[in-house]
Amino acid sequence: MSDLSSANPFATERVSVSSTTGSIARSRRRAQSSLLPYLLILPTFIFVTAFTLLPTLNVLHDSLFRQNQAVRVPRFVGLENFANLLDDPGFHKVLGNTLLFVVGTVPLSMALAFGMALLLNQHLRGLALYRLAFFYPTILPMVSAATIWLFMYAPEYGLVNELLRVGGVRGPNWLGDPSWVLPAFILMAVWKQAGYYMVFYLAGLQGLSSDYFEAAQLDGASWWHTIRHITFPLLMGTTLFVTTIAVVASFQTADQIYVMTAGGPDNASNLLLFDIYETNFRFQDHGSASALSVVLVLILLVFTVLNFRVVERRVTYD
Amino acid sequence: MKSISVTIFMLLLVLVACAPAATTTAPTTAPAANTSAPGATSAPAATTAPAANVELNFFYPVAVPGPITQIIDGYVADFKKANPSITVKPVLAGSYQDTLTKIQTSIQGGGNPPDVAVLLSTDLYPLVDADAVIPLDDFIKQSGGDAYLKDFHPAFMLNSQSQGKTYGIPFQRSTPVLYYNKDLFKEAGLDPEKPPKTWQEMADYAVKLTKKDASGNVTQWGLEIPSDGFPYWLFQAFAISNGQNVVSDDPSKVFFNTPTTVEGLQYVLDLSKKVKAMPEGVILWANVPNDFSGGKTAMAYHTTGSLTNILSQAKFNVGVGYLPGNKKPGGAPTGGGNLYIFKKVSPEKQQAAWKFIQFLTTPERAAQWSIDTGYVATRKSAYDTLLMKDFVAKHPQYGVARDQLQYAERELSTHNSPQIQQIFGNGIQAAITGKKTPQQALDDAQKEAERVLVQFKP
Amino acid sequence: MTRRTRQAMLTLLLVAVSAIWLLPIVWTILVSFRPATEPIVSGRIWFGSTLTLENYATAFRIAPFGTYYLNTLLIAFGILAAQLVTITLAGYAFARFEFRGRDLLFALLLLQILIPSAALIIPNYATIRTLGLFDTQLAIMLPYCGSAFGTFLMRQTFKSVPRDLDDAARMDGANWLQVLRFVYLPAGTASLVAFALASITFHWNEFLWPLVVTNSERTRPLTVGLAVFTQLGELGAQWPLVTAATLIVAGPLFVFFLIFQRQFINSFVRSGLK
Repeated sequence: MSDLSSANPFATERVSVSSTTGSIARSRRRAQSSLLPYLLILPTFIFVTAFTLLPTLNVLHDSLFRQNQAVRVPRFVGLENFANLLDDPGFHKVLGNTLLFVVGTVPLSMALAFGMALLLNQHLRGLALYRLAFFYPTILPMVSAATIWLFMYAPEYGLVNELLRVGGVRGPNWLGDPSWVLPAFILMAVWKQAGYYMVFYLAGLQGLSSDYFEAAQLDGASWWHTIRHITFPLLMGTTLFVTTIAVVASFQTADQIYVMTAGGPDNASNLLLFDIYETNFRFQDHGSASALSVVLVLILLVFTVLNFRVVERRVTYD
Repeated sequence: MKSISVTIFMLLLVLVACAPAATTTAPTTAPAANTSAPGATSAPAATTAPAANVELNFFYPVAVPGPITQIIDGYVADFKKANPSITVKPVLAGSYQDTLTKIQTSIQGGGNPPDVAVLLSTDLYPLVDADAVIPLDDFIKQSGGDAYLKDFHPAFMLNSQSQGKTYGIPFQRSTPVLYYNKDLFKEAGLDPEKPPKTWQEMADYAVKLTKKDASGNVTQWGLEIPSDGFPYWLFQAFAISNGQNVVSDDPSKVFFNTPTTVEGLQYVLDLSKKVKAMPEGVILWANVPNDFSGGKTAMAYHTTGSLTNILSQAKFNVGVGYLPGNKKPGGAPTGGGNLYIFKKVSPEKQQAAWKFIQFLTTPERAAQWSIDTGYVATRKSAYDTLLMKDFVAKHPQYGVARDQLQYAERELSTHNSPQIQQIFGNGIQAAITGKKTPQQALDDAQKEAERVLVQFKP
Repeated sequence: MTRRTRQAMLTLLLVAVSAIWLLPIVWTILVSFRPATEPIVSGRIWFGSTLTLENYATAFRIAPFGTYYLNTLLIAFGILAAQLVTITLAGYAFARFEFRGRDLLFALLLLQILIPSAALIIPNYATIRTLGLFDTQLAIMLPYCGSAFGTFLMRQTFKSVPRDLDDAARMDGANWLQVLRFVYLPAGTASLVAFALASITFHWNEFLWPLVVTNSERTRPLTVGLAVFTQLGELGAQWPLVTAATLIVAGPLFVFFLIFQRQFINSFVRSGLK
């Protein structure tokens, strides 16, 4: 994920707007024509302008030009970079991989996270230890985790296949087989992230009033029934929030690709952000890389807008 | 709050102040003398010891995890002793790919560009295309001309020259060899002193060296040929030894889908799919030395640079042989890095850089470097040094790579080499993983490479 | 199912999943203590011959992890210092001031959340070059000095401060800075701490951006240093050495986490949700 900024403000925004309207009159009276608020937000805006707003325009601009090792002076080519992407089977693969990776990683890590949170929300001995076990991958740098997993996936002597061998199964050539390499990355991402999402569910669970559950118990509802029909719906807000940060983070996967496969075999594990990195910095194809960046920005924008609408709808009908 | 914010503000100021102003140190415009051939104008000035101290930025990558940094630091200190007016600042820039990227960045105006650097020999055309490096012919004339050049193994020079000009001086150069487990050879009834010489032999041996357990699972492979990282490199050996290399001295041409190359790819594929003596799918470069020294494979293709490491880990007799040939014997590409001098630096620095290159490539140092790292000593005379003679006599495995060089050919080097190498590598992997037939995979790679290269045609 | 058997089954499940989750790190730690000159064969890692500290010594000798540490510390805390100032000021402005264009500006700011900096790695890299900051620690830090998310967080926090407190302070003649210092900041401490922990974790672990804008040992953070170390190029992986380096990089944050586990997890929750 890019920053803490990948969290979704819309999830709570609606609450705040209504709660402050009453006080606007007062504040308007106080600080109307003052320069002070502008000065206060100035530092933030300098950085946001220099590193978000202008760059967004820049990347749009550069995506319309050809600039690479053969064409050193940028040449306007209109939408040709995008047309080339559409023609490029490699790009289709990268896009497909990226979507597969997101779809494979997010629901699985969230389901696990929810399950872990349910387990940890009991009164059991040694909870701190279990919590530590689930959470520690979060604070491991992705580069470190990727190095470890590169080793674990080694077909002949890696831990994963060694364990499988104990179970009598001959494990696949994880990173060398195009049909296993994405699952391998998904598995590792789940291990790395589930503990992080678990924490949000844990917080959500602890915030729930016990009344609901007592009522359910009086009704004789089963454990599963309670989770399915009471706990989960009550945590819908958390789920939406976690979905957002998980999806945005998954779209920005590159570190482990760099360390483990460089996108191989034959692009089978190449994801959008890594492709951007490689196209621009290794192949020095600035125009195509800019076009790829525009695609990534668009995907993220579309996702966020859709997500916002889902949130809004829930707010209206709930 | 006041005190806190003041502190933080001060902290920020300090940070800004601490950040070295890269713009001031980067040369803004190239000196006029620089645009003409360097030796002609600069040589006289530099042969008289420069009055002021010259500082050289020296970029080098780490391709081996050994104590390279210490060795380089030692060289730099020795050089300083011999040339007090020149200070070399070594910069470990990361992998080869990252080093090239960083240099291309600095050429476009970001950060401190190097004055002299070790980069892949195949980075030649990207560097020339970016107008980043200078031809070294004038310097070479000063240092003995052809006699000097001819002392380097000719195979290494193939990737160091373009259109009659020499741009790179071989430094940490390698070539792939065949590692084999002599103990397992004996066990399988094979002569441990005779590694396979031909493709056919290699396949036959591999079958004999493959072991299975009761349930039919392979417990020991006959052979592993890595195919990730830079799959094109080892595969080139199969193209070369089958008759035609995939590249020529024309940097905008490649020959990926010639019948002989397709046949070579089919052979590699058959080793796993038909002969079943090699694991299926892409084999990771990083894992192969461990598989070999752990006895998981009886034979392996790997760089000669791995030799020291493999010898230290293996608990059996390690044999090293030529890569088996088919229509041609032992055809292997060369690999590794050359020394380059950069264009946008002053003539004094270029002259000093040349001095440094001379220093790094003396026969004695080339010999020591080879012993310390496992790379091939780049000069023939290095093998005449007492040091090297003793060493090869004690460890004959170190002599194999050098002897194989007589059959070696050019590594895949074109305009935009990194992308072309990737395209070819993807094609190879597509065939190895069964996604495409060898013919289809190489046809596609050829087409894609031509699409990139056509932009470079005048 | 009785309560007791259910409890036992849950514990069993927890133990099993925890064990799976812990295996990678346990294995890594073991490998890092195995002699580098031994081949890696099944069994020898778990029940190997000897244990040695040699890999750690070698790793430290090969790569300047000390410099990398200092760089990472400087970067993570430098970013944090700047962020704490910018988000507090901007959060305060958006929470308690009414000014022309406020909503538009706020929406513009939120664009930073929609378009994460990773997607803008190419133009940002060009900006850094234009500023002449390539290969400096400042280059790594600058894009993160303003945080829309942090601003948002502080705005929400400050909004929950009762107006009356603010009014009372002003009645007593406090200027805006004093009001911020004595009324708002005490209420915002928890949020700031939460933000700080999450920020440090994120920037401690960041990789691609520092990889792109640094070039030398002088400026490289730990993550990039590790990648340089593990991208061995021509040789095969020397796992005992590489795992030792990996643990050197991950270690300190790990120990820090063990000590502050509870605060850490709570802060993550808070930084995201509240």
